[in-house]
Amino acid sequence: MAITKRKTRAAGSAVDPGEMLSFYKDMLLIRRFEEKAGQLYGMGLINGFCHLYIGQEAVVVGMQATISNQRDSVITSYRDHGHMLACGMDAKGVMAELTGRIGGYSKGKGGSMHMFSREKRFYGGHGIVGAQVPLGTGLAFAHKYREDGGVCLCYLGDGAVNQGQVYESFNMASLWQLPVIYVIENNRYAMGTSIERSSAGTELFRRGSAYKIPGQAVDGMDVLAVKAAGEQAVAHARAGQGPTILEMKTYRYRGHSMSDPAKYRTKEEVAKMREQHDPIDQLRRRLLDGGLITEDGLKDIDRDVKAVVTEAADFSQTSPEPDASELMTDILIDA
Amino acid sequence: MPIKILMPALSPTMTEGKLARWLKGEGDQIKSGDIIAEIETDKATMEMEAVDEGTLGRILVPGGSEGVAVNTPIALLLEDGEGRDALSASAPAPAPAPVAQQPVAAPKPVVAASPAAIEKTYDKTRRMTVREALRDAMAEEMRRDGDVFLMGEEVGQYQGAYKVSQGLLDEFGPKRVIDTPITEMGFAGLGAGAAYAGLKPIVEFMTFNFAMQAVDHIINSSAKTLYMGGGQLPSSIVFRGPNGAASRVGAQHSQCYASWYAHIPGLKVVAPYSAADAKGLMKAAIRDPNPVIVLENELMYGQSFEVPDDPEFILPIGKAKIERAGSRVTVTAFSRMVGMALEAAEILAKDGIDVEVINLRSLRPLDVETLVASVKKTNRMVTLEEGWAAAGIGAEIAALMQEHAFDWLDAPVTRVCGKDVPMPYAACLEKLALPQVDDIVAAVKAVCYA
Repeated sequence: MAITKRKTRAAGSAVDPGEMLSFYKDMLLIRRFEEKAGQLYGMGLINGFCHLYIGQEAVVVGMQATISNQRDSVITSYRDHGHMLACGMDAKGVMAELTGRIGGYSKGKGGSMHMFSREKRFYGGHGIVGAQVPLGTGLAFAHKYREDGGVCLCYLGDGAVNQGQVYESFNMASLWQLPVIYVIENNRYAMGTSIERSSAGTELFRRGSAYKIPGQAVDGMDVLAVKAAGEQAVAHARAGQGPTILEMKTYRYRGHSMSDPAKYRTKEEVAKMREQHDPIDQLRRRLLDGGLITEDGLKDIDRDVKAVVTEAADFSQTSPEPDASELMTDILIDA
Repeated sequence: MPIKILMPALSPTMTEGKLARWLKGEGDQIKSGDIIAEIETDKATMEMEAVDEGTLGRILVPGGSEGVAVNTPIALLLEDGEGRDALSASAPAPAPAPVAQQPVAAPKPVVAASPAAIEKTYDKTRRMTVREALRDAMAEEMRRDGDVFLMGEEVGQYQGAYKVSQGLLDEFGPKRVIDTPITEMGFAGLGAGAAYAGLKPIVEFMTFNFAMQAVDHIINSSAKTLYMGGGQLPSSIVFRGPNGAASRVGAQHSQCYASWYAHIPGLKVVAPYSAADAKGLMKAAIRDPNPVIVLENELMYGQSFEVPDDPEFILPIGKAKIERAGSRVTVTAFSRMVGMALEAAEILAKDGIDVEVINLRSLRPLDVETLVASVKKTNRMVTLEEGWAAAGIGAEIAALMQEHAFDWLDAPVTRVCGKDVPMPYAACLEKLALPQVDDIVAAVKAVCYA
């Protein structure tokens, strides 16, 4: 695989209708979950930092379809709720962590940015921009060390790509041919700074070229294109050929965090992305046009998803706050 | 029943705000994601998106209203099939979620469970350098556990910048003895990630000065992860290398980081003095399921000591060693400074001052019980460290003594530390900047009012 600007287009025929429906359901779950999280934030039930993934759902759903949560590993930064749901983590546990309750994945001690699931091989949830990149490279190192055939999906944003440690990681990953896929979620804004204002070179898929890492730009609003590109990169890594960079061209509809009024971009820009490129609407149309599902069938999915989110929201409010005794636990493991 | 749309909190600190204007009117159809109103928070004007779908039935708080408390119902949304008559039947707002208000007990000072155990004596010992002891400790643990590997700059083919890893590449091969590029932040983070996956990396820093580039991964990625994940993700990882001043290497290569790491919950920090310390603590560090910092000292690498000749010789992390028992004054030290404390004790013995020298060995956790027991016996304490006094190990020990042994102190705890300057290069200035035996002797005499 070489560095290419070509945007991968998925061949529609290669995709199984059942899989398309499950993509639709998974993306919708993330969308509805995040909307609910935003609502609970508004009610004061979620506090602090809360970075919503709305608009970017196709990236994690498409990529997750290329790996196994029994064997491979996933790591990302702070905009992580979608990644956790895509990995198969329980919506109740994620939402309850957002509300800081004992039923949360981290018993309420981590919050939005700090959740982990060894069972689902999700390694966080990291709040320091770029830090997850050497960490993910280390997960890939472990796959190679153990010869377990696994790969690591290491997500980073267009903001993180200007951190030095990203390049330290690229160098080691290529030098040692580590099975890692660097998925750059380019949503065009690092908090409030556009890619043009932050990056001397805006073709992020080229950022590994000095390290001989193949890169590819992908339409990150098209879940099938994401999956197609992901499959190639994962196969490359599993074959022992080392890392790949996938630049997912995506977009977040909400602000960087809950307190961001997003004045750095126009309403028209956001509206255009929502109306013309929404990953869920695109797939919905494809499903309907292809006769793969009826409007009623979609309504059933909507209802199922809504039920999962409602259950998660209820649980996140009824699960108790952590007991005071939790304050001084989980600091060290008894040797 | 209609859905209540509540006044949202749109920033971490918002408790009330202005409902600037409605963008939808009564009777309008609303889809989730539609922007329905503008809210002015304490920070900015934010758009409010609908979460639920339906028809905007009634606006309860008109546009332009100021000081609207978070969670106040501001409108009613009719769901599919609901008529306007449902509006009158609307129930009052639900009470906020119950919040358990439990008193938080003040954390107790961490005190080691038992005082410095009488150290087991070993019949068979072997004389070796600190360098060899560290190497042997790593080799033994690598033989014992295939998940243990060593990575760092020049650890393999070069056999270690200070020859600590001599021979390891030959025995374990390049898969487990990994030469890294000069990329501290990168390889410390890579090691931390490998530890998440259950491997047991030994990450060597050529010196701890360079670990400043990697400190985010030591603290944010390794020390905090177990807690942040509610106990889910342990990190069994060792960060090791020489710490403190070597000789004539200037300010950027001569700093003691003991107090930096000892400050951090989630880390263990050890600082061996002798070859036996080095072997026993390094083995304990590698087997420990937590992140452990091993602060070595370049000037000690070539010094020889007797080391128990037993592959199961391991020292407990968190226990100090009484290197020399005494009755008049307690001197605490760690790493190379233990040797200087012992020298000072010899000199003071000639003056009739019987000094107890405690080799701290572990800086986090500190063996508070052994320190307190010693002070209760001697009633005087001098702390010794190469690092700066401000917020240092001595400062911490002095505070602990006034918390735990105030009534037994006959003199203020006195610190002997490095001078409060970056390390100078000139030989005469470097000597002045570091604690010397004479400084220790003078401090001990001062607390004895001798």
